[in-house]
Amino acid sequence: MDVPAGLRYSDDHEWLRADGADGIVGITRYAADELGDVVFVELPKVGRSLTRGETFGVIESVKTASDLYAPVAGEVIEVNGALAGAPDLINTDPYAAGWIIRLRLTEPAEAGLLKDADAYRALIGG
Amino acid sequence: MLGALGIESVEALFEDIPASVRATGIDLPPGEPELVLQRRMSGLAARNRVDLASFLGAGVYHHHLPTTVDTILSRGEFASAYTPYQPEISQGTLQTIYEYQSMLAELTGLPVVSASHYDGAAATAEAALMTIRATGRDRVLASRAIHRHYLETTQTYFSDGRHSLEELPTLPDGTTDLDALEAALADLHRPVAGVLLGQPNAFGVLEPMARAVTLAHAAGALFVAVVEPVSLAVLASPGEIGADIAVGEGQPLGIAPQYGGPYLGILAATQELTRQVPGRLVGRTLDVDGRRAFVMTLRAREQDIRRDRAASNICTNQALCALAATVYLATIGPHGLRDVAASGAANARRLESALAAVGVRRVHSGAYLNEFAVRVPDAAAVHAALLDEGVLAGLPLVRWYPDDPALTDALLVCATEVTTDADIERFAGAVATRMAVAA
Repeated sequence: MDVPAGLRYSDDHEWLRADGADGIVGITRYAADELGDVVFVELPKVGRSLTRGETFGVIESVKTASDLYAPVAGEVIEVNGALAGAPDLINTDPYAAGWIIRLRLTEPAEAGLLKDADAYRALIGG
Repeated sequence: MLGALGIESVEALFEDIPASVRATGIDLPPGEPELVLQRRMSGLAARNRVDLASFLGAGVYHHHLPTTVDTILSRGEFASAYTPYQPEISQGTLQTIYEYQSMLAELTGLPVVSASHYDGAAATAEAALMTIRATGRDRVLASRAIHRHYLETTQTYFSDGRHSLEELPTLPDGTTDLDALEAALADLHRPVAGVLLGQPNAFGVLEPMARAVTLAHAAGALFVAVVEPVSLAVLASPGEIGADIAVGEGQPLGIAPQYGGPYLGILAATQELTRQVPGRLVGRTLDVDGRRAFVMTLRAREQDIRRDRAASNICTNQALCALAATVYLATIGPHGLRDVAASGAANARRLESALAAVGVRRVHSGAYLNEFAVRVPDAAAVHAALLDEGVLAGLPLVRWYPDDPALTDALLVCATEVTTDADIERFAGAVATRMAVAA
């Protein structure tokens, strides 16, 4: 199972990549596989402030619709516009082109509360 | 089966239901022979007054139903089929719903039409909730001149107190007070999610929809038009006037009055609101062999999958009633529908003249299509007396507006294409006699 090192992982199967003062958020390969073909992503408005664990959007596949949870607190400064026309990027490239939102972190230390790759791999039993 | 489930008795399956609300049996009389039962049912059915010269509208309208409607509806494939849960196997059912959605999209001028809801009241309540979900605000404004049942149903949906539904006043001409709307929208501490107006409204009066839409949008609120579907053949459509959502009662399209139901809830919306639309949507696509196929689409939004996060707890539609509407519209076509609307309007003007000639005049001065309110002294008594003489003199508006002195003696009357000159003469004559007796 594809679990890149260097990312932090939430128990809800989101990943966080640190980028200076920002964190980029997406969902893991495991989550994308469980969802099946993604058909739509409901994204938050830029400028919205999120607390850790707050629902910020919905990811809809052919068989279900799941909430997306902020792995850490921050302000939404960018959303991945490419997902509007190509939601399947989440299935084909969940860790790069399929990124979902970029946060300006308000509590950078919260990243430490997330799992590293090994711990996440253990969580998904992979 | 008990063994396979690993339980001792059938009772164990009901353990989750508190004992205090469990049924202890059903009190039914003994069975009766078919002949006796038929006589009993015939007796009940005979109490329906189908002999009346009816001028009753108030949300339910008597139109001629072409025989095509009953012929197709009574086919076993349609009459006994339930909502398909393996929908792609029921291509015929899905196609009829798709056709229904397509025709209503044409009529309303809005591209996304749901597979239908229980009735106009339920559709109105769902639209109000849509405005709240879509805007994130919690205040909805609705004209008091929307059908009383739709407002009461919406109020019930709002009764948990998380959101507010406020009524807008009306003016003496019968239209909604748009200055009051503007004032209500101006409170920036309490932004409005949605504004609802009826067209025609519950008084039969035509509302200044364009200005209302402009006011709503300027304040960031969505606009919901509560419409009567036959009138859409001659009035500007909700899409044309800029409404975000259109709802209404589909009964006038191929469904008999039927003593209150079952009816048909129409709901249509803009493309932007697609994912806020509750209930079911049928879509059209291509199968693996490239053939046209119909599907239930956006299923992941429904309650059985999205659970408490679903847009609504509706997972069904009024398929047979929607089919009736579809067959009706396909039979009479756009020109036929326009004739039905225009004919009703012409008959309504004859009705107005005949009543005015005996001293019964309109309560409101606003323009109307085929329904209006008239003032008759001691309206409730006149209504009862006329009923004895075989005339159903509309609706005493005091039943909907008990606290409004201007409507205490008002009767809401309407005419459709089935209203005859003989009916009108009978009505006017009976009223004149009543009033002469009373004088």
